Amino acid sequence: MNNGLLQVEGLRLHYRTTQGVVQAVDSVTFTLGPRQALAVLGESGCGKSSLARAILRLLPRNIEVYDGCVRVQGLDVMPLDEERFRRDVRWRQISIVMQAAMNALNPVLRIVDQVLEPLLVHQGVPRAAALDRVRDVFQMVGVPLDFLGRYAFELSGGMRQRVVLAMALVLQPPLVLLDEPTSALDVLTQANIMNVLKRIKHDTGTSFILITHDIATSSELADRVAVMYAGHLVEISDAGHFFHEPLHPYSQKLMASVPRLRQDTGLEYIPGRPPSLIALPQGCRFAPRCPQRFAKCEQAPPMIDTKDGRQVRCWLYE
Amino acid sequence: MEPSTLLSVRHLHTWYELRQRVFGRAGHVRAVDDVTFDLAEGEAIAVVGESGCGKSSLAKTILGLYRPTRGEIFFQGQPIHAANASLLRWYRRQVGFVQQDPYGALPPFMNVRRILEEPLIIHGMRKAQRAERIREVLEEVKLVPIEDFITKFPHMLSGGQQQRVVIARAIALRPKLIVADEPVSMLDASVRVEILELLRNLQSAHRLAVIYITHDLSAVRHFSERIFVMYGGRVVEKAPVANLLHNPLHPYTRALLRAIPDADAANAETEREVPPGEPPSLLNPPRGCRFHPRCPFVMPGLCDTLEPPEFEPEPLHLALCWLYKDTKP
Repeated sequence: MNNGLLQVEGLRLHYRTTQGVVQAVDSVTFTLGPRQALAVLGESGCGKSSLARAILRLLPRNIEVYDGCVRVQGLDVMPLDEERFRRDVRWRQISIVMQAAMNALNPVLRIVDQVLEPLLVHQGVPRAAALDRVRDVFQMVGVPLDFLGRYAFELSGGMRQRVVLAMALVLQPPLVLLDEPTSALDVLTQANIMNVLKRIKHDTGTSFILITHDIATSSELADRVAVMYAGHLVEISDAGHFFHEPLHPYSQKLMASVPRLRQDTGLEYIPGRPPSLIALPQGCRFAPRCPQRFAKCEQAPPMIDTKDGRQVRCWLYE
Repeated sequence: MEPSTLLSVRHLHTWYELRQRVFGRAGHVRAVDDVTFDLAEGEAIAVVGESGCGKSSLAKTILGLYRPTRGEIFFQGQPIHAANASLLRWYRRQVGFVQQDPYGALPPFMNVRRILEEPLIIHGMRKAQRAERIREVLEEVKLVPIEDFITKFPHMLSGGQQQRVVIARAIALRPKLIVADEPVSMLDASVRVEILELLRNLQSAHRLAVIYITHDLSAVRHFSERIFVMYGGRVVEKAPVANLLHNPLHPYTRALLRAIPDADAANAETEREVPPGEPPSLLNPPRGCRFHPRCPFVMPGLCDTLEPPEFEPEPLHLALCWLYKDTKP
């Protein structure tokens, strides 16, 4: 698929620590088309936030390995130097709403100035035109226009989250990464933000990668779902199939641990703990906790394509 | 009061005073405003509500960490709201607290043994007995083999294990009541289920009463018998879990339930109904019903002037809402 908006191939991001090398993102491959929302699901420490950072090249200093291929609208961005990447890719092509970003707004700047900044810096738009654009974006995300001159501490959590979202959308990038965009918010506020995201996706055709541990909320936006476990993607599926009947034993167990409001199903938990990303097991990384493990699981499974167009990293589907 | 009643809360108010430098009092934040309920021995209730609705203030008042502004708390008939030092000391043996953030709740410079020993020392238990009790509770929270954990410091444990230590500490004095403030909200889904199951087992093994403070309605049915819904400092609906989930009466409860998704691909197709506006300020709550500015069923002249009393449209199912004014108050 060459017309994809984003193609990621064999992306690796390993960190160097005093205890050893942390394989946070390991051989991650997926594609994302325009007008698509992909949910990346996983538990804490599975590497999902590192995946976002690897795509946007927001890296710490202790990098051991960072390679693979990231193509944005056909252009391989990995060879770009830092300055070009910053100027042409980051925020113009791909922007991000970081985890708990609503608490990272600058407390001494009015919110309008913070949302204006990317327009002035990246596009050199005159201030008056930029202000018009900011007004449009605020309307889109549902921030009242008389909030423009306020400071972050004068807004509620939900409003601040909308402001952060406005910052990510202001340059109209075709792809926005959302790292746990609603996990610090209340139920009603969360529903409001998800409504805003749905509307934006529908009206502007923006694509999203939604990184979250909250499976129920991810279903509000996702067309496709990728499940991450111990640095690997273990399943990529369309949302319809996934929420109905996930394939990978880990996905199945994960779904079974989510309480449902409208159905009284028993809850299960996954015995054991995820492996350390420093000392990963040989073979399938989920095998030590897997109820369906068999002899072959001692070899690492590849990503296997199923007949109905899903992908799963499990020998059961060979 | 029924003979099996463990905790009885009557017209409880916890208000925080706001002071101004020159003119003295500026007003009160009415975090808990006229809350009344009974809790039986061994019963688990869940208090749900959004942030700022007063649920944590309610928990801390019940724990005796805050003094109520008005109202009464009786524990096994003893008046806790007017407790002297010795009664309070006795009371603190009877209630355990499970905090939201396990890492923040555990002192980083103490190992597990020391953390669990602390309450036992404070309450004057002998050394030999202490060692035995520590072993017991660690086994109960399944931190086994004990030797692997007892010398560890909190940062060496996973989130789930840390929460187990917090729970072990809460039950170390063999309390009759546990107050758990969002005990699993910081944990991953699978670990969450483990911890909830553990609490459920402890509850039945020791006939513990539990008050869960939570914002997660979808998990409530797995660990409690009754739900209280809080909004703007008041408990607006009280009901057995199944009644509340299948037949919510208060418009706020209905809105809350409608806003919660279950994992389903169809969710992406439709928008969710959300009431307009934001929760009320507790400093200056609206007149009448506190939900009326956001309520789709508001009856002008009634909801915006008079505070609704508690009506009981179904047996044991109470709602603070004028829609049910023709039912038994």
